[in-house]
Amino acid sequence: MFTLTRDQVALVDAVRDFATNELAPHAAEWDETHYFPIEVLREAGRLGLGGIYASEQFGGSGLSRSDAVRIFEELAVGDPTIAAYISIHNMVVWMIDRFGDARQRARWLPSLTTMDALGSYCLTEPGMGSDAAALRTRAERVGDQYVLNGVKQFISGAGAAAVYVVMARTAETGSHGISAILVPADAPGLSFGPLEKKMGWHAQPTRQVIFDDVHVPVANRLGSEGDGFGIAMGALNGGRLNIGACSLGGGQFALDKAVAYLKTREAFGSPLIEKEALLFQLADMRMQLEAARTLLWRAADALDRGADDAVPLCAMAKRMATDAGFEVANASLQLHGGYGYLTEYGIERVVRDLRVHQILEGTNEIMRLIVGRDLAGA
Amino acid sequence: MKIAVLVKEVPDTWGDRRLDPSTKRVDRSSDVVVDEVDEKAVEIALQLQAANAGSTVTVVTMGPKRALDSLRKGLAMGADSAIHLVDDGLAGSDAVQTSAALAAALAPRGFDLVIAGNESTDGRTAAVPAMLAERLGVAQLTALRTLHVSGSTVSGERVTDDGYVDVETSLPAVVSVNEQIAEARYPSFKGIMGAKKKPVEVLGLGDLGLAAGDTGAANSWSVVHDVTARPARTGGTIVTDDGTAATQLADYLAAAKLI
Ligand SMILES: Cc1cc2nc3c(=O)[nH]c(=O)nc-3n(C[C@H](O)[C@H](O)[C@H](O)COP(=O)(O)OP(=O)(O)OC[C@H]3O[C@@H](n4cnc5c(N)ncnc54)[C@H](O)[C@@H]3O)c2cc1C
Repeated sequence: MFTLTRDQVALVDAVRDFATNELAPHAAEWDETHYFPIEVLREAGRLGLGGIYASEQFGGSGLSRSDAVRIFEELAVGDPTIAAYISIHNMVVWMIDRFGDARQRARWLPSLTTMDALGSYCLTEPGMGSDAAALRTRAERVGDQYVLNGVKQFISGAGAAAVYVVMARTAETGSHGISAILVPADAPGLSFGPLEKKMGWHAQPTRQVIFDDVHVPVANRLGSEGDGFGIAMGALNGGRLNIGACSLGGGQFALDKAVAYLKTREAFGSPLIEKEALLFQLADMRMQLEAARTLLWRAADALDRGADDAVPLCAMAKRMATDAGFEVANASLQLHGGYGYLTEYGIERVVRDLRVHQILEGTNEIMRLIVGRDLAGA
Repeated sequence: MKIAVLVKEVPDTWGDRRLDPSTKRVDRSSDVVVDEVDEKAVEIALQLQAANAGSTVTVVTMGPKRALDSLRKGLAMGADSAIHLVDDGLAGSDAVQTSAALAAALAPRGFDLVIAGNESTDGRTAAVPAMLAERLGVAQLTALRTLHVSGSTVSGERVTDDGYVDVETSLPAVVSVNEQIAEARYPSFKGIMGAKKKPVEVLGLGDLGLAAGDTGAANSWSVVHDVTARPARTGGTIVTDDGTAATQLADYLAAAKLI
C-alpha cells in the first residue's frame, strides 16, 4: 500500500505534468476573473480524468480509489478549485456507472467520461444541508414521467453542466422516500439562480438549481424508487476521499512555498529558515499533511476492498485531511508575513479555496457524527 | 508506413545538471526524463500514423536498463512497440558508435521513416540523425519545424539561421525535428496502464551483430580531454536610473548589437 508500482508512479507523473502545465499557470487568473475553464476540463477528459474510477466500458479509466486520491492531490497542487470540481464530476459519473442501467450508461457516460459533458450533484437545499434525509424537492410520478418541483442550493457546476443528478422526494418515508433522478440541462422548467458570490472556489460556478414542473421520463431514475439516499451517500464516500486529497494538494503547495520563501527571506541577520521556531513550525506542517495522507490512503484502500469500516474511515480521513490542508495553508500565509496576504503570492487564494472543503461533502462536524455514531454503535 | 522514433533519456533540465569530472561524462545520477524534443517527435509520429492508415510507430532507445521508463512513456502516449538497445558494452559510446548501434537495430527491421529530435539537451552533438542516415544509406532532412508525408514523399520546413527552407525527399528517410514540431500529448491513464502489455524488443551487442571492440567508452572515436563547470554567473551590468535609464539601456543593447 505504501510502495507505488511503476504504473502508479507513471499515473501520478502524468497528472503532475498536466497540473503543472495546464492548471498552475492559470489558477490566479481564473480566480481573479471567476473563469470556469471548461476547455481545460475537456483536456483533462482526454487524460482519463472524467471517469477515474468508472469502468472502461463507456470510457472510464477503471482505476482504484487509491489511485484517485493520489491523482486528486496532484491536481490540487496546480489548482484546488478545478481539482475539486473534477471530483464532483467523478461522483456523478460513478453514480451513473454504478447504478445506471445499460441504456442510461450508454446515453450519458461516453460524453461525461471525456468531459465534453459535465455533471452536477444536487442534494443540498436552501432549508437543509447536513440533514439531507429531510430534503423537500419533490418528484411526482405522472404516468411514465416524474414532475420535479423545488430548489437545490449551492450546486457546483450549475449552469455549465449537461446533466444534474437530483435527489428528490418520491414518498413521505424519510430517507427511504428519496430517489436519484437524472435531469438533462435542456429540460423545460429547469433554471438557475445567480452565481453565488463566495470566499473562494472562484474558478467554478455555485448556483441554485430551480425545478418548476420539470418533466423527465421515469427511465431517468437511477436504481429503484427509494434508493436515492443510499446512492447519494455512496457517492459521498469517494467524494470525501477526493476532497481530502484536494486539501492535501493545496496544503502541500503552501508548505513548499513556505519552505522556499523562508530560505530566501532574511531578518535579524540570517535567513528565516534558520530560526528554529519557524523550522519547527514547518516540521509540524509536514507532519500534519503526512499523517492525514497516510489516513487518506488507508481509507481509500478500505473503500477499494469494500471493508466494513470504509464509511467511518472515509469520514475520518475527510475531516483530518481538510483540516490539515487548511491549517497548513493558513500557517504558510502567516510565515509569508505581509506578502502572504497579497494575492500575487498565491497563498491567500489557496487558503480561501481550502476553507470550503471543511464545510462541503458533509461538514467536519458531520464527519465526527458519523465516526462517533459508529463508535457508539448507534 | 513503418515509423521509428528515437528517444533518449536525459537529466531533467529543471534540475541541476552537471558533468562528472572523473568520467568526463554527463552525470546521470540525477532525475532523468525523456528528452522533451523526443516526446514531440513521438507526437508528430502519432499524428502521421493517424493520418496514414495502417502505419505503426516504434520507439527506440539506446540506454541503461532504467531507460525502459522512457520507452514506456512513448508507449503510453500511443506508440505500438519499442526497441531497447541495452548492453554494458554500449555505455559511453560516442555519436559515431551510437549511430552504428542504432543502424544495426533499424536496418534489418526496414523502417520507412525514422524521426529523431534534432539534438539532445545533454550531449547536444546534433550528429546522430545525420550519421544514422548515412549508415542506413537513406536520405536525411534535419532540423525540421514541420513534417508532412504524402505518398512516398516526406517534406517540411528546415530551420536555418536566416529563416527556413522548404525541403523534401522520398522515403525511406531519417528526419530530425526541433521543438516547434508539435506539442506532445499527455499520456492517458489507459495508455499508461496499457503500455506494459505492448511488445518491447531488447537487443544486446550480440543481437546487433556488433563486437565488443565496436562500441563503448574504451573504443570511442572521440575523446573528451577535459570538462570545466560553467563559471558562476557574474553580477552583470546594473543600470541606475538617474533619469536616463532608458537611454543607457538602449545604448547597452545597441553596443551588444541586440537592437
Ligand atoms: C461552495 C460550495 C459548493 C457546494 N457544492 C455542492 C454541490 O455541488 N452539491 C450539493 O448538494 N451541495 C453542495 N454544497 C452544499 C454543502 O454540502 C452544504 O453547505 C453542507 O453540507 C452543509 O449544509 P448547510 O450549509 O445547510 O449547513 P447546516 O446543515 O445548516 O449546518 C450549519 C452548521 O451546523 C452544523 N451541524 C448541523 N447538524 C449538526 C449535527 N447534527 N451535529 C453537529 N453539528 C451540526 C454544521 O456542521 C454546520 O457547522 C456546496 C456548498 C458550498 C459552500
